[in-house]
Amino acid sequence: MAGPAVLVFLGFVIVPVIMAAYYGFFRWSGFGPATDFVGLLNYVTIFNDPNFQQALGHNLFIVVMSLVIQGPIALLLALLLNRRMRGQSVIRVLIFVPYVIAEVVVGTGFSLMLATNGALNGVLENAGLGWLAQDWLADPDIAIWTLMGILTWKYVGFAVILFLAGLQGIPEELYEAASIDGASFWQIQRRITIPLLGPTIRIWAFLSIIGALQLFDLVYIIWGQYVSSVAGTNTMAIYMVATGRNAGNFGYGNAVAVVIFLISMVVALLYQRFVLRRDTAGAITERGAK
Amino acid sequence: MTLTTRNGSTRRRSDSRRLPWGSPIVYFVALVVIALMLGPVAYIILGGFRTNSQITVEPGGLPDPWVIQNYLDVLVSPIFWGEVWNSTVVGVATTAGAVALGLMASYVLARYSFRGRGLLYALFAAGLMFPITVAITPLYIVVRNLGLMNTLPGVILPQIAFALPVTVIILVPFLRAIPDEIQEAASIDGCGRLSFFWRMVLPLSIPGVITVSILAFIGSWNAYLLPLFILNNEASFTLPLGVQAFSSQYSVDTAKVLAFTSLSMIPALVFFSLFERRIVGGLTGAVKG
Repeated sequence: MAGPAVLVFLGFVIVPVIMAAYYGFFRWSGFGPATDFVGLLNYVTIFNDPNFQQALGHNLFIVVMSLVIQGPIALLLALLLNRRMRGQSVIRVLIFVPYVIAEVVVGTGFSLMLATNGALNGVLENAGLGWLAQDWLADPDIAIWTLMGILTWKYVGFAVILFLAGLQGIPEELYEAASIDGASFWQIQRRITIPLLGPTIRIWAFLSIIGALQLFDLVYIIWGQYVSSVAGTNTMAIYMVATGRNAGNFGYGNAVAVVIFLISMVVALLYQRFVLRRDTAGAITERGAK
Repeated sequence: MTLTTRNGSTRRRSDSRRLPWGSPIVYFVALVVIALMLGPVAYIILGGFRTNSQITVEPGGLPDPWVIQNYLDVLVSPIFWGEVWNSTVVGVATTAGAVALGLMASYVLARYSFRGRGLLYALFAAGLMFPITVAITPLYIVVRNLGLMNTLPGVILPQIAFALPVTVIILVPFLRAIPDEIQEAASIDGCGRLSFFWRMVLPLSIPGVITVSILAFIGSWNAYLLPLFILNNEASFTLPLGVQAFSSQYSVDTAKVLAFTSLSMIPALVFFSLFERRIVGGLTGAVKG
């Protein structure tokens, strides 16, 4: 019975990955058989290309900043919302809304809102904060922070929901015992909640890292392949599409795909090995054996 | 799943704990956060009710007066409805395919032990870590070699494949939780494996099936990269491609772009609000394993 699933999965997930590895060794326009074998030349070119290095740098920046910005915000919100209050379920739903909206919608909305003569600058102007108005999308000093802002807006709700679910799993007796012992609210959070939320936080961080390494949609929709490299928001996936499919150089595009795949896999395996090892939910290493 | 216990335990916990600050602060923070979260969404929806001159004069203002012409223009446009149709076909077929194939695979993985079961499970679990981005270039070549360019199946089949990992990871614990006694009792009553699947497994796994269906549908409805590669002629566009094409084509008509954009997000929002508890429960179930 597993047959059809395995077949589809192999055909459209595993085979393409293997094909990418194969075509990555060729200079190939994507039509006819690939004959122009160039060995590792594509890979040498990729790593020597300043555009790729720049894109890789942006990805790493986004990985780190996503964790640093979204983690604490989500944790605080989850702690605040993890109590009985009227409207609690409504608040949870509303915080999660940006996560459900399509990247295209988010991108279109934000690019109009953040344009030089857009709504954000208009509101700032009206509030007498005109000096805060910026060229949010085009200024190379600001654009990547704008991107971080949009990413936080879109994905922080996901982290909050995960953390709230994790908080439900912490036994109440611990809180009772701690408050009998006279622990303050923040002591309780720091000594009990956060350590026990560890597994949830580590899984969230993993998903966030993998997502940040493969970021494409929002950047491509808001900035496009050309503007993004000028504004300093281009990512490895943007580079892959720009130099591969859009430039008609499929061999090269496949090589970039392999590089992104390998970087993601190395990060995933290292993370599994050194961070998730303690948790039961190690998807690659332990889950299968369970 | 986790949700059934949630409300009860929260209630008891906060009663027994003295919280050092009053809840007005919590409400205030929650209000600010919600305003930040919904602000951009409100901007898109309200912007559709304005005219371009209103938007130019006062970019961050409210509709004054409200105009519904933009929404009406979009709603009578055959292009919009064509894209809604394409998105619906792709979404429904992706969901049906992912659920059907995922349920069968999960059933085998959850209830039978055989050589390579761990490997098979690990294969699907590993798929969870690699979104469609890294495979898109070769995937495009596979789809082209199959002659499926510019066709909806060219999007549907890969989407089913990439939806399988989440589906399997969520459904396997569900199916594993069905007690063996039920199966034994069923087989004593003369129920074969297949009829057990139809008559017992399927009904019992409905909550999990709903979760994965919603996830697959919303994922498909919002998908951008794969349709961008596969669908090149306007007749085959799904809504995300349509939104982008529309916004570059009518780049001067901001109000209409906003109307088009807000109409395109309605189905995902409706599905989400109807099944919010199941989605959240499914996601957390998947993450916690």
